[in-house]
Amino acid sequence: MKKEKKMKLSLPEVELMNSGHMACQGCGATLAMRFALKALGQKVALCIPACCWSVIDGPFPYSSLDVPIFHCAFETAAVSASGVKAGLEMVGDKETTVVAWAGDGGTFDIGIQALSGVAERNDDIIYICYDNEAYMNTGIQRSSATPYGAWTTTTPVKHFKNRPKKDMEAIMAAHRIPYIATASIGYPEDLVKKVKKAKEIKGTKFLHIFAPCPPGWKSQPEDTIKLARMAVQNAIFPLYEIEWGEKYTLNIKLKEKKPINDYLKIQGRFRHLTKKEIVFIQEEVDKKWERLLLCVNGSK
Amino acid sequence: MKKVIMGNHALSYGAKLGRAQVIAAYPITPQTQVVELLSEMCADKSLDAMFIKVESEHSAMAACLGASLAGARTFTATSAQGLALMHELLHWASGGRLPVVMGNINRAMAPGWSIWSDQNDSLSQRDTGWMQFYCSSNQEVLDTVIQAFKVSEKLLIPSMVILDAFTLSHTYEVVDIPDQKKVDEYLPPFNPSIKLTPEEPHAFGGLTSPEHYFELRYKLQKEMEKAPALIEKTGKEYEKMFGRYLGLVEKHRCDDADLILITSGAMGSTARIAVDELRKEGIKAGNLRIKVFRPFPFEIIRNAVKGAKKIAVVDRNISYGHHGMFFEEVKSALYGYSDGLPVFGFITGLGGRDITPSTFKEITQYTLERDKPKEEIIWIGVKL
Repeated sequence: MKKEKKMKLSLPEVELMNSGHMACQGCGATLAMRFALKALGQKVALCIPACCWSVIDGPFPYSSLDVPIFHCAFETAAVSASGVKAGLEMVGDKETTVVAWAGDGGTFDIGIQALSGVAERNDDIIYICYDNEAYMNTGIQRSSATPYGAWTTTTPVKHFKNRPKKDMEAIMAAHRIPYIATASIGYPEDLVKKVKKAKEIKGTKFLHIFAPCPPGWKSQPEDTIKLARMAVQNAIFPLYEIEWGEKYTLNIKLKEKKPINDYLKIQGRFRHLTKKEIVFIQEEVDKKWERLLLCVNGSK
Repeated sequence: MKKVIMGNHALSYGAKLGRAQVIAAYPITPQTQVVELLSEMCADKSLDAMFIKVESEHSAMAACLGASLAGARTFTATSAQGLALMHELLHWASGGRLPVVMGNINRAMAPGWSIWSDQNDSLSQRDTGWMQFYCSSNQEVLDTVIQAFKVSEKLLIPSMVILDAFTLSHTYEVVDIPDQKKVDEYLPPFNPSIKLTPEEPHAFGGLTSPEHYFELRYKLQKEMEKAPALIEKTGKEYEKMFGRYLGLVEKHRCDDADLILITSGAMGSTARIAVDELRKEGIKAGNLRIKVFRPFPFEIIRNAVKGAKKIAVVDRNISYGHHGMFFEEVKSALYGYSDGLPVFGFITGLGGRDITPSTFKEITQYTLERDKPKEEIIWIGVKL
């Protein structure tokens, strides 16, 4: 009798996200959740503040996820998770991983105070920010995660965003928490590995997942994965880890850093940029990349 | 066991005897001693609770909501600006049907900065769906915290236990601290039928269409309407076990009174002294202290004032452009039931200005000299 061959999968088979959710076509945030839940498994509780995911999950009384969700106030994702964790522990559940799952607005802007408090206390939660670089749920308004040069409805072409994206990793590193990682929906194996790693660490873990948004970026739904991979390869969104605010590890090394041009070109939100502005953005990306390499090399 | 303790510590002992499991709080004058003592209790393990030392009141309430949803008994305490900062989450607590119990020390709102007593902080939150208990002694503060856990958890509606800044919060009184075993008998552990757990995944508080939202709010009000009877019932049970009744109002010489002074909070004890002195002068005064402001005890107030010739409501608060808030509520309770009984609305003691027996005598004199109020608001003690 022939021995049955089992296909080897690079990602966990478990699916805790179901069809019927309410995301747009090509939504990066949806993939982020699907991959993260594959890593987290069933024994998890989510705290989701106002963000795309408070809609994507589905309206009452439906939910597209097979895990419990506390839909919490916009600025409270991190501390709601701390409260849930404490509550579960006091009723005898010490196993469940509690995850705050927030967008960039809820993390970089309105939720940063509560997040800072949680990180300073090193409360035992995983904080995951899926970053689509603007307030997409309210209809594409700029956040402090919006990159330099981007159009949004509150940074119109005549007055596009003229400040760089906030360096959230550096802010979190300053709190000296055990684990910080960037991840991308374009690199699912790396993403799953990082979420699994975070699950095993006690204390505050911060994960920042890059998640393209076709309606907000004015890109094609079929380009979502491509954009996510390009952003890693041109060092706009490098993939790395920081342990205890000190030890930097680069996960995807770049032999040759790709120019940012091709990445900007396929997104309508950058269409207005002149050559001069693109050169400036490239210079800024290069400088940030060099700074990151210094941190990585300094950690060795 | 009897102890001489401050009102703030009465809150702490109430939370301890109630076996609060998760406490999250942020310091603000005049509340600090509440959380200081609770920190000690958690540190020396005399209270088996997790204390989350948050970075703001907003986060304090958020943490309590998360813990409550997970099925833990939660407690916090705050005052004035802190309560105002929590405002959004007060709606979240009642809308989410999470029975958090919170102590609030009545303090005037800034600006100018004030740490002294008035009721505008808590009364500004009257429409957030919380039950509100205004206490008049440290003993009542401790007892009410225990009762509030019981009532809140039965109805799944949060409670605010309120005491005056300094006149109660920092004043030492003799307080009987009940036996833990007996309190455990009175107050069973919190065990909600639905909670946040991976064993039975639910999504709480998600997007709710017009098809469902209305009924959720209807149900909240319907449960709130059960509260007056439940407060009286649990108050009687408490009396049976601990010898002290915890009701909706407290009456002092109201039954044969011509003039009833209606008060709330610590000024109730001052009003009682004034009433006794007025009685000696031959004036048939009485004091009705409203303890529970939400839900508003319509029925009991209508009955309590039957037979009176005049009512004077004394407010240590104001709804700008309107009246004192207890005055508004009393009038609305009596409308159509009191056959033209004159109700006078007085405002006094804002920002911690002292309220003394002579304040009540002035109020009484004003009321006796007039058939009905000539002004929308009668101000007592304004120095211009």
